[in-house]
Amino acid sequence: MRLTQRSGQRLVAGIPTLWLLVLFLIPFVIVFRISFSEVRLAIPPYTPLLSWHHGAPHLEVHWSAYSFLFTDQLYISSYLYSLKVAAVSTLCCLLIGYPMAYAIAHSGSAVRPVLLMLIVLPFWTSFLLRVYAWIGLLNNNGVINNVLLYLGVIHHPLALMQTDFAVYIGIVYSYLPFMILPLYANLEKHDVTLLEAAADLGARPWRAFWRITVPQSLPGIAAGCLLVFIPAVGEYVIPTLLGRTDQLMIGRVLSDEFFENRDWPVASAVAILMLLVLVVPIMWFQRLERRELEAAK
Amino acid sequence: MRSQGWFARGALVLGLVFLYVPIISMIVFSFNYSRLVTVWDSARSPSFRWYAALVHNQQILGAAWLSIRIALVSATAAVVLGTLAGMALTRFGRFRGRMLLAGMTTAPLVMPEVITGLSLLLLFVAMAQLVGWPRGVGAVTITLAHITFCMAYVTVVVQSRLAGFDEALEEAAMDLGARPLRVFLRITLPLILPAIASGWLLAFTLSWDDLVITQFVAGPGSSTLPMVIFSKVRFGVTPDVNALATIMVLVVATGIAISTVWMRHRQRRLERDMQLAAAANL
Repeated sequence: MRLTQRSGQRLVAGIPTLWLLVLFLIPFVIVFRISFSEVRLAIPPYTPLLSWHHGAPHLEVHWSAYSFLFTDQLYISSYLYSLKVAAVSTLCCLLIGYPMAYAIAHSGSAVRPVLLMLIVLPFWTSFLLRVYAWIGLLNNNGVINNVLLYLGVIHHPLALMQTDFAVYIGIVYSYLPFMILPLYANLEKHDVTLLEAAADLGARPWRAFWRITVPQSLPGIAAGCLLVFIPAVGEYVIPTLLGRTDQLMIGRVLSDEFFENRDWPVASAVAILMLLVLVVPIMWFQRLERRELEAAK
Repeated sequence: MRSQGWFARGALVLGLVFLYVPIISMIVFSFNYSRLVTVWDSARSPSFRWYAALVHNQQILGAAWLSIRIALVSATAAVVLGTLAGMALTRFGRFRGRMLLAGMTTAPLVMPEVITGLSLLLLFVAMAQLVGWPRGVGAVTITLAHITFCMAYVTVVVQSRLAGFDEALEEAAMDLGARPLRVFLRITLPLILPAIASGWLLAFTLSWDDLVITQFVAGPGSSTLPMVIFSKVRFGVTPDVNALATIMVLVVATGIAISTVWMRHRQRRLERDMQLAAAANL
């Protein structure tokens, strides 16, 4: 459709493109460039990429930040731990979120908007405060321990805080709406007649569910899983407030390198390696989003 | 169907309990008199002690005021940029740079915040070196960062609304000789207004709530509310934060309720108008 003349179109598309080029894409180039510097005591605290020797430009590329990441055990183990935590949390989100999305998609048209609002409402309240709420529940003298002690289920408080369990709870809790909403959007569109046909042909309900509903909902499953997995890998707040102190996640490592050690090249190298791991899932997510929008047209 | 129905419904109820128990417990304990947050002082509770403490906490009030100002500016700018991007992506067909724009508006949705925060700060430092601006980090750099990640969300919301309705109305107006800007203002804008409103609210909330990116691009003297809260709760639970959380939950719940009613009202009016128009044509 010709909504505007060429110049008007160029302006409408150009402004947001220019904004994102400067504030989203170019910053990554800068991170990439600084990851090949060495730390030094100056402002800014890293070596320049180009230096002048006898009037000629000289390219200075340092690999020290990267070689440092591979020599110290801390970084590799943090990467692997982050991937594990993100994968387990994503799986838990899917197992909890799928039946919830299914129930909403099959609920009556009167309660459905209310249920959707109940799912979205926590997302609108502060993420930080919702993670904080779990400290009050999981603490040694927290609500969960007090209730279990009172009921006589346990006799000593369970150590729930600063464990893997607390991090899983925190991530699943915070990211669950991101899993449910794309799943719901997918399940809601399913054609009921297919299930009826399967029933007419004698398929049992669970079989029909596995053979018809689940395969049809694969795009929704993929979108939900990616929306949880990708940000969870770099999660900073949840492991810092609830997680272990002997095993850090990579987002925390990056932040510590930057703020505590003031080592910008190593922080940049950590970011670049994290991006390398995440670039495939991010592109997969973009493809799903594009298809979703084209289908809506 | 029936067995899955029961299983799914049970899971839904349990899931909702899981989502709301922490929030409710936070609200309940905000009325606890005791300084020990999780031990209920039944003799002197419920009390408004921590709410009173909050009103006199200059640090929290100052940070909240800064956060509100940043969120107002960021949400408004993000809505303008996001609407432009949404229009370009859904209405302009294929143009050069379309893939680039589409990619740059979806990637921020999932990008880990530590990466975005670090890269933005390094950008501001590099810019200060090259062009002498921005001078130091603070409210301005925070706002620029917030606009950037908020506009991605606005774009998605506006885009899906634009993709959801027919272009015939816009085409008809153009056939009648209306200029593109006029078509946008008289036809497109009223139709996507609900999406713009919810995009603005979403952007406001995201900006108001952001901690990680903000920490990277904030300077001394520009502590936003999440930064103050984080530094308080990092080493344990504090009762006045419970009071603060309760106020925020109440404000959000009322806001959501009002906007839901308003949007449903609008939607109904729109449908009625469409029916009237269809009836007039017969």
